[in-house]
Amino acid sequence: MYSQTEILKEPEINSSNSAEGELVINIGPQHPATHGVLHLVVTLNGETVKKVEPHLGYIHRSIEKMCESLSYRQFIYVTSRMDYLSAHVNNHACAMTVEKAMQIEVPTRAQYIRVIMDELTRIASHELWWGALAMDLGAFTPFFYAFRERETINDIMEQTCGARLTMNYMVPGGVMADIHPSFQQKVKDFIKLFKSNIDEYDELVTGSVIFQSRMKGVGCLSKEDAISYGCTGPVARGSGVHCDIRKIYPYEIYKQVEFNEIIETAGDSFSRYLVRIKEMKESIKIIEQLIDNIPEGDYQAKTKAVLKLPKGEFYTRVETARGELGVYIVSEGGTTPYRIKFRSPGFSNLSALDHMVRGSKIGDLMATMGTLDLVIPDIDR
Amino acid sequence: MQPLTKKVKQVERKPMTFLERLYLPEIFKGMAITFSHIFKKVPTVSYPEQTRPFAKVFRGLHVLNRDEEGREKCTACGLCALACPAEAITMEAAERVRGEENLYREERYAAKYEINMLRCIFCGLCEEACPKDAIYLSETFAPANYQRKGFIYGKEDLLIPNPLTQPEEYEKAKGERAPATQ
Ligand code: SF4
Ligand code: SF4
Repeated sequence: MYSQTEILKEPEINSSNSAEGELVINIGPQHPATHGVLHLVVTLNGETVKKVEPHLGYIHRSIEKMCESLSYRQFIYVTSRMDYLSAHVNNHACAMTVEKAMQIEVPTRAQYIRVIMDELTRIASHELWWGALAMDLGAFTPFFYAFRERETINDIMEQTCGARLTMNYMVPGGVMADIHPSFQQKVKDFIKLFKSNIDEYDELVTGSVIFQSRMKGVGCLSKEDAISYGCTGPVARGSGVHCDIRKIYPYEIYKQVEFNEIIETAGDSFSRYLVRIKEMKESIKIIEQLIDNIPEGDYQAKTKAVLKLPKGEFYTRVETARGELGVYIVSEGGTTPYRIKFRSPGFSNLSALDHMVRGSKIGDLMATMGTLDLVIPDIDR
Repeated sequence: MQPLTKKVKQVERKPMTFLERLYLPEIFKGMAITFSHIFKKVPTVSYPEQTRPFAKVFRGLHVLNRDEEGREKCTACGLCALACPAEAITMEAAERVRGEENLYREERYAAKYEINMLRCIFCGLCEEACPKDAIYLSETFAPANYQRKGFIYGKEDLLIPNPLTQPEEYEKAKGERAPATQ
């Protein structure tokens, strides 16, 4: 029998864990700033962060294993619960993998609808991140403003998809239902509302000197490190890495739309912030190009009732609001996958946290973590 | 630094001026924005006094349907349970005996039909799978409960009121999503 104290008495653990004046504290698993059940074991020297060790597993639901027992129609819906803020994009990735494997041609109308929905989801997700980041830094009001706009998007989703957050709108071969007759008008109203309000965001938060001095030069990540940690999405683009999947491996109709990939080279928290703010504007640009040109036609390709993937391995990737999401399916030719693996953006982005905050103050730890835009169920799955 | 592609847009950065470096004007500017919102339209509703109608396609609580003569449509074929990704549906089938023709439409019926609302992810696949239009998702959601067992909805909770004997309750429970009766 052993007790906790005996273990701590062991000399090598003693020396590595508590050098002179060092203090180990736990942040989480229940902590408002971790936005979920993330557990950080932080080693401090005074106020200086020496080491950050993320402990995962508190919200592990073994989605990958669960998917192995579900059919190719069913497993798509379970993946909404991974990155619930871009549930739509997750579904999209899974549906695309099945389509690629079965060589299903998706009708153009469905592709347009999918991309518009993806971009709306991206905006909604970035809105929430913006509000939550400001809240992490102690400003509460932006949170409400962000939710006001996000609510409009949720309403659009509800009207067309039938649910507000976990939309379950994608099916292999297209989308579940046609868009609501007032969908286009509602999206245009949203664009107008968003454009009139985004300036307020800039004035209230981006331009604020207090905010800038909390962000600039904090949590730096060099381009080389971003690549070697496998960071993707706005985190890597904030460090100057060209990694937007919509540009590198265009899927659906992203090849036809005109938009910029936003890149910042400074690599600090403020550049990650700017990348996301600008990305929202780019998303609006994409939606504006598509919303009036949704072609007539089917919204769903004709597929068999029971889907069977051919034997082999299939991989697709999409750009979610957080970065690159990869779906890898190994099929034995049956109705259920043999193995599924998701490459989630949050996991690699979190792994860079320790490197980013070493040597900075504990207050900056939260600011830096806020700019990583972590969704814990996405990391744990 | 050289941008990697032509499609890349680099974001510019300016140093702060002296006036900006004084925090006070910034605080007042922020305050001015937030205070101006007092006079703007309120985007919230004061739930539960006011409620907001759901969209017509909203996928909420399930309804087990009856036909226009008040007979249960479900034949306990189990297709909904098979289609369910969350394995939320369980049922027990029973044979209809003579004299029950006014209760059940077909020879087999569900003696027990349970949906665990804590497992359900409200995807609507059960509705899609049902060959008899016997189940659909209405635009209400499961109310809160103190106990887990309260979320296991039995047949008595899911079954729609009889349109012949309780027409008012039937209309209320029917909702917008109900499939057209045939
Ligand atoms: S809505 Fe989906 S999860 Fe819920 S019972 Fe029906 S099939 Fe199952
Ligand atoms: S609800 Fe429909 S699918 Fe489910 S058992 Fe009854 S008849 Fe079959």
